[in-house]
Amino acid sequence: MQLIKPDTNIDFIGKRKIALFVSIAVILIGLASLVVKGGPNYGIDFAGGTLVQVQFAQPTDASAIKKALSDLELGSLVVQTFGDNQNEFLIRVEQTTGELQGLAQQIQKTLDTTYAKGDVDIRRVEMVGPQVGKDLRGKGLKAIFYAMIGLLAYISWRFEFRFAVGAIVALVHDVMITLGVFSLFGKEIDLPIIAAFLAIIGYSLNDTIIVYDRIRENLGKHHKESFPFIVNRSINETLSRTLLTSGTTLMVVLALFILGGGVIHNFAFAMLIGILVGTYSSIFVASPVLIFWQKKKDARSK
Amino acid sequence: MSNSLKFRSMLVLACLLLSFFAIAPTLMQSSLPQWWTDTFSPIQLGLDLQGGMHLVLGVDVDKAVESRIDTIIDQTEAQLREKDIIFKRLERRQGDRLVVMVYDEAEGAKVDALMADEYPSLEPETFSGNGGYIEKHFRLSNQEIENIKDYAVRQALETLRNRVDQFGVSEPTLQRQSGNRILIQLPGVEDPERAIALLGKTARLEFKMVDETANLQDAVAGKLPVGTQLLYERNVNKSTGATTEKPLVVIDKTVLTGDLLSDANVRIDTRFNEPYVSIEFNSVGAKRFDQITASNVGKRMAIVLDDTVYSAPVIRERIAGGSAQISGSFTSQEATDLAIVLRAGSLPAPVKIMENRTVGPSLGHDSIAKGIKSIWVGAALVVLAMIIYYQLSGIVAVIALVLNLIFITAMLSMFGATLTLPGLAGIVLTVGMAVDANVLIFERIREEVRLGRAPKLALESGYAKAFMTIIDANLTTLLAALVLFQFGTGPVRGFAVTLSIGIIASLFTAIFVSRVVFDIFLKGRDVKRLSI
Repeated sequence: MQLIKPDTNIDFIGKRKIALFVSIAVILIGLASLVVKGGPNYGIDFAGGTLVQVQFAQPTDASAIKKALSDLELGSLVVQTFGDNQNEFLIRVEQTTGELQGLAQQIQKTLDTTYAKGDVDIRRVEMVGPQVGKDLRGKGLKAIFYAMIGLLAYISWRFEFRFAVGAIVALVHDVMITLGVFSLFGKEIDLPIIAAFLAIIGYSLNDTIIVYDRIRENLGKHHKESFPFIVNRSINETLSRTLLTSGTTLMVVLALFILGGGVIHNFAFAMLIGILVGTYSSIFVASPVLIFWQKKKDARSK
Repeated sequence: MSNSLKFRSMLVLACLLLSFFAIAPTLMQSSLPQWWTDTFSPIQLGLDLQGGMHLVLGVDVDKAVESRIDTIIDQTEAQLREKDIIFKRLERRQGDRLVVMVYDEAEGAKVDALMADEYPSLEPETFSGNGGYIEKHFRLSNQEIENIKDYAVRQALETLRNRVDQFGVSEPTLQRQSGNRILIQLPGVEDPERAIALLGKTARLEFKMVDETANLQDAVAGKLPVGTQLLYERNVNKSTGATTEKPLVVIDKTVLTGDLLSDANVRIDTRFNEPYVSIEFNSVGAKRFDQITASNVGKRMAIVLDDTVYSAPVIRERIAGGSAQISGSFTSQEATDLAIVLRAGSLPAPVKIMENRTVGPSLGHDSIAKGIKSIWVGAALVVLAMIIYYQLSGIVAVIALVLNLIFITAMLSMFGATLTLPGLAGIVLTVGMAVDANVLIFERIREEVRLGRAPKLALESGYAKAFMTIIDANLTTLLAALVLFQFGTGPVRGFAVTLSIGIIASLFTAIFVSRVVFDIFLKGRDVKRLSI
């Protein structure tokens, strides 16, 4: 079976202006959302706070839980349903306490008195102090930064510097769009999301390198053709691989997204966006940047 | 040629055999002989999968420095009196210095001489204070402060380890982290509240004499006689369970501390059928207890734990032998825990909870079930896609994929890696990406076939040409995973581990194993057309 006929020659490079417009538009929308919402929506890992996951034996709803907890004066209190189970809720409080009698305990006690005892099952408690949150945020940003530096060095070594520039532009593009989409959907950035971002960086690069590798090979083979032609040809030659691999990876991530359960849901969501954007960027961002770079160089040498 | 194929097949078989050995303890731990499970331990599950508690405690090291100053103050005060040096006041200031206020230069010089003799490491400074006093400052050197802080954290770690050992959790982890933080992991802990209460208690046991002359009303209003402090006595009403607090004025100076304990145990008071904690002093403590009780018969002595008075019995007679009891309307659980913390020793400084992640076992089981389901469904979809797209060659890729999963599991067991929920996600992701190498190879082979090459030749050059591309593409992902491992914590690290292992395993299976399978199929056969 073949998805892409061997002699396919879609003019991807010719559409790079449209792609540029689309990319910039999507990034701007994401940025606008970030600005409006005052920065990324950090989860408790980075912002600090207390999170309690509760399962009730009887049906209840968020407002009833809020009402039950109103006596505790917890400040900003968010209660939302969690996962596919109707009676499972996440209670999130910005407050943290270093005291031994934790917030979670108070919440449990209060809920026990409101609902029948034994009906309330606290399944997960996470408390991150503000200092730890700050440290984790620093570590996460550092990780992404160092990963980018390392990859830039590797590609510069294995290919040429301009390839590295193209790859990094594509990576920044992917991460920014994913970040924007997260902001648009109001999803929280947590530690696993940083892991997802790094996986996206790895995956997007994987895709980009395979196209680059073909460009490098074709540059050696076809001296007479123009650079943009070679780039376009290389994209077409690797197209069926790109689609197939993205397809299989997308399938498993979709399985994770649907079946993986609530705790891993946002992680899978980030991967889903990242794989789609990463595939797009290896075709429409990473390669056009090469041509742009080449044209600048030609203009300068003239 | 066929020799090499034989060798390669043997290598794959050997790897497979080793993997089964490594995986077996995970699947059926109980039915295997001891040496087997000793060589390959079952795969460890992270706290997020098996349930348990992850705590980061911050030691309040500034308090440790303050209490060191306080100790020096106590000793210095005694020595000043002993040597008849006249001074106005002794106090701790700014957390890192003690100040002796004297009336004139002559006494000041005596103070300097004494301090230089007793505490040469303190940095002296002289100021003329308000009202014509001379202030002699003695500051701990920065080096000393660092040492005290460092020692406090180390001692806290030691004490916490003692407590955890007595608490009875299998395979706990206690680790000192950067600065003054201590990481504690308690897998499968059943009562997280009790664990926190037990670990977080400073357990500073002090004996102080009660000041009967003080007016309680004035004390509560904030007017305390010099050299005394206001504490509260805890009382639990048996029938209602309500706790009441009764104010009590005690003399500041601690007559005896819990450092001099040798043992603590729970006993039951037969009269009221109530548990209490019996404590034994070591020889030094016993002697001092003997002296104190002898000279204070008829007075009340408060037993203070972390600034709460548990009881304040009247000393009826001199107590020799060095044993005492702490009663205070405990439940038997409270008495047990109190005995544990007294035995394990007090923390050198209070601790605060900086991070707490507790996952109940039911959620952990759910996560495992869902994670494994995702792997199966994802793998099934990939298998289907590969076979539809590449037909017989697809089956080769599927064989490589199955082996890949086996190798990943085996390597997790061999490296003693911890499997977390993001780690499971990493395996799922690897399943999707693992076939990528085969896709690259197969696409190359198709190209070669289109160029008119014979099947075996096309296979040969397909593998050769795809090789460097695959290496380049995978090394970059591996690089990202390694950075993640370096900077990540906890569950995220688990993701980096499985992703790295997955990449290495998939390189081996996609490039090496799949080639062996092809060669075995094609051996001695004259294939006209590749099913690809």
